[in-house]
Amino acid sequence: MPFKRYVEIGRVALVNYGKEYGRLVVIVDVLDQNRALVDAPDMVRGQMNFKRLSLTDIKIDIPRVPKKKTLIDAMEKADVKNKWESSSWGRKLIVQKKRASLNDFDRFKLMLAKIKKGGLVRQELAKLKKENAA
Amino acid sequence: MAPKAATGRTSRNPDLIRGVGKFSRSKMYHKRGLWAIKAKNGGVFPKHDPKPAAAETPAKPPKFYPADDVKKPLANKRKHKPTKLRASITPGTVLILLAGRFMGKRVVFLKQLTSGLLLVTGPFKVNGVPLRRVNQSYVIATSTKVDISGVDLGKFDDQYFEKEAEKKKKKGEGEFFEAEKEEKKVLPDDKKDDQKTVDAQLIKSIEAVLDLKTYLSARFSLKSGMKPHELVF
Repeated sequence: MPFKRYVEIGRVALVNYGKEYGRLVVIVDVLDQNRALVDAPDMVRGQMNFKRLSLTDIKIDIPRVPKKKTLIDAMEKADVKNKWESSSWGRKLIVQKKRASLNDFDRFKLMLAKIKKGGLVRQELAKLKKENAA
Repeated sequence: MAPKAATGRTSRNPDLIRGVGKFSRSKMYHKRGLWAIKAKNGGVFPKHDPKPAAAETPAKPPKFYPADDVKKPLANKRKHKPTKLRASITPGTVLILLAGRFMGKRVVFLKQLTSGLLLVTGPFKVNGVPLRRVNQSYVIATSTKVDISGVDLGKFDDQYFEKEAEKKKKKGEGEFFEAEKEEKKVLPDDKKDDQKTVDAQLIKSIEAVLDLKTYLSARFSLKSGMKPHELVF
């Protein structure tokens, strides 16, 4: 079981603790054994402990501590946003956020839809069972 | 006197500092035109007869003097401020009732009455909640709104919901032993008609939205895994 995701300059990570919880950031420098300099397009560049970061599969090509403009261009080129949102991890987070923001009425409609879907599935299953039994 | 005295009663003597006017007494005498008033009246200020004093009705001596001095309680002039309506509650909001007979029912908010209570209706046909008053504290406001523009709510106020004054019954011994006549309080027809007119408009706007009618006829309850402090209503 070798490691697959390494801490390196350009590694995209998800912040999993603290004020910036849930934000996608890029590691732009390593400060010491425990801390990284971290940057994102809409954030002031700052240090963060590795323990607060969850590494992702995405890596972009940047020089050490790039200017903000360079960083943004590199992120556009690597299409970080779309890659993230189409990855299964990213999709899960989007669904979690959607569920948390559901209205009481939305939850009700969701319940109706689940019941309907369950009903249809059971109908099909019954049909298949009948065919099998016959 | 002159009717213009009340309008625009500003001082002709601006304050330099609180307590110190800009102009001296003699300057103010001149500014106010007191010299002109004197001149008009022949060198003296005009004299006005005092208003006739209202005839004093002779006060009757009190029937009873208490032995010790009775302390009068201090007069309390405090007034209640009108109840503040939560920003999330606007006319047409769907509310969830939290207590009482209709606990859990989802209900449409109509308006806030002068007593501070909220006027609310099921609508009756949808979930059995009639035109009713409800306290703001026992209500969760959802973000679902119903269009309430066509409804006329002018005739509903706190007086409408007052209990009917019970006629005094003379106590007779015979009546105690008789089975008490069960007076079922029947709702008067005009109140039923009020309910129908209000609901007719509402039901039209409700049926315009998909699933809203079934939503209103269902009760709200907390299920397993629902955390109220994390739920968005």
